[in-house]
Amino acid sequence: MSSLRIEGVSKSFGELEVLRDLELAVEPGEFAAVIGPSGSGKSTLFNLVSGLDRPTTGRVLVEGEPAGVASGRVAYMPQKDLLFPWRTVLDNTALGLEAQGVGKKEARRRADALFADFGLDGFQKAYPSQLSGGMRQRAALLRTVVLERPVLLLDEPFGALDSLTRTEMQLWLAGMWQRHRWTVVLVTHDIREAVLLADTVHVLSPRPATIVDRVEVPLARPRDFTDPDFASTERRVLDALRGTTAVRTP
Amino acid sequence: MRPLLRSLWPPLLVLTVVLGGWQLYVTAAGVDPTTLPSPARVVEQGWLNRQDLWDQTLPTLQETLLGFALSFAAAWLVAVLLDFSSAARRGLYPLLVASQTIPIVAVAPLLIIWFGFGLLPKMLVVTLTTFFPLAANLAAGFAATDREAMRLLRSLGAGRWRTFRLVRVPSAMPYFFAGLRVSITYAVVGAVFAEYAGAEAGLGIYMQAQKSAFRTDLVFAAVAVTAALSVALFGATYLLQRLVLPWERALKEDRSS
Repeated sequence: MSSLRIEGVSKSFGELEVLRDLELAVEPGEFAAVIGPSGSGKSTLFNLVSGLDRPTTGRVLVEGEPAGVASGRVAYMPQKDLLFPWRTVLDNTALGLEAQGVGKKEARRRADALFADFGLDGFQKAYPSQLSGGMRQRAALLRTVVLERPVLLLDEPFGALDSLTRTEMQLWLAGMWQRHRWTVVLVTHDIREAVLLADTVHVLSPRPATIVDRVEVPLARPRDFTDPDFASTERRVLDALRGTTAVRTP
Repeated sequence: MRPLLRSLWPPLLVLTVVLGGWQLYVTAAGVDPTTLPSPARVVEQGWLNRQDLWDQTLPTLQETLLGFALSFAAAWLVAVLLDFSSAARRGLYPLLVASQTIPIVAVAPLLIIWFGFGLLPKMLVVTLTTFFPLAANLAAGFAATDREAMRLLRSLGAGRWRTFRLVRVPSAMPYFFAGLRVSITYAVVGAVFAEYAGAEAGLGIYMQAQKSAFRTDLVFAAVAVTAALSVALFGATYLLQRLVLPWERALKEDRSS
C-alpha cells in the first residue's frame, strides 16, 4: 500500500481552479519532492494532504485512508519554524505530542530522547530566541518527527534560511534521512534541494496545477553537488519546469 | 537593579524640581496653608497623622484589590466568550464600548442607593473603571494569535480548547499585561472616587472630611498616599510579568547581546 496516494484530485475556490486532475503516489520509505513555480498551488496541495482541507473532486489517501486531521497519519512541518517564544526548546519539541493529547511529562521524555540525534543536546532549557536559524529548523523537525506519524510533510522547510545555513541544513537532512528512512513529501521551489534529497521529483505546472513530469533521481547517496550527474539531473528538472511555463504562459 | 535606577532618576528629578518650585513659591509668597500648604508641611502633617492615614488606606486598598479581582475574573470570562463565539463578539462588544461612555460620576451614587455604604458598591465602581481595558486587550491578544500556529495545531488534531490553552492564551499574555497596567492605574482612583460618593472609611472620605475641616495639608497627604499606592500596584505588574513570562527576559537579553 502506498503511504500517500493522490487520485485525480482537483481543487477550486469558487471560480479559481488551483489543482486539476493531480496524480501522485509516494511509497513507504520514499523521499518525494514536489517542485513547482510559485503560486502553483503547493500550499493547497499541502492542506489537502495534511487534512486541513478537502479536494473538490478525487481522493487523497494516506495509508489507504482518506486524509483528515483526526486520522493522525501526517506530520506537517510548516515553512516558518513556529517555535513558540514562551516555551523552552524542549517544551516546543513536545508541543505536537501535547497537542494530540499526550501528557506533558511523557511528551517531554519522548522529545528529549531525540535531542542528541538532532544535534540539540544541551539546549533543552534554552528559549528559541537563543538558537541559530539552523538549530530552530532542526527543533521544528524534531517536533514533527517525534510524533512518529507515517508521513512527514515538509513545506519549504529551509526557505527562510540564509544560503550557507540552507546548504548545511540540506546536507544534514540528507544524512538524517539516510539513517532513518522516513517517508517524506517535501514541497520546495529549490531544484538543487529537490535533487539532493529526493528519490523522485514531481514537477508541478502553473495554475491549475497538475503533475507534468516525474524525474527519478539516479544518484547514489550520499550525494555530491559537484557530481556531473547531479548537474545533469538538475538540468532535467529545470527543463521540465521550463517546459510547463513555456507551454502554459500565454 | 541598574536599569531600574536608570529609569527612575529622570521622573524623580522632575518631581524634585516641581516640589522645590512649589516650596519656594509658598514660602516666598507667604500663601495661607489652608489654600496651598507647602510640600514640607504636607510631609510633616502627614507623618504626624500617619496612624490615621494608614487606617484610612487599608479599606481603600481592600476595595481596590477586591474590585480589581472581580474585574480580572469578569474580563477573562468576557474575553474568552468573545473569542469563542462570534455571536457574542457581534452582540456584546459594541455594548462594552458603549458602557465606557457612561459617566461613573452618575453611577457611583446610584450604586450606593442600591447596595448601601458597604464594600460592594466600591468594588463595583473599581470593576467598572478597570474592566474594559483588561477585557479589550485580552480579547485583542487572543485574536492576534499567529494563524500559521493555529493551522499547525489543527493539523495535529488539537481541538478548540487545547489550541486555546496551548497557543491563544500564551500569545495574548503581552497584550494582557499592557491592559493590566492601564487598568491598575484606574483602580485606586476608582476606589477613592467611590468613597467620595459615600463611605464610612477610606482615603476618599478622609479627603472629603479634611477638606471640610480646612486641613488642605492632609488632603494633599492623602493624595500622595493614593499616588504611592497606584505606583506600587503599577510596579507590581512588572514583577508579576517577570514571574509569569520568564521567556521575555531571554528575548531581551538576546536582542541586547
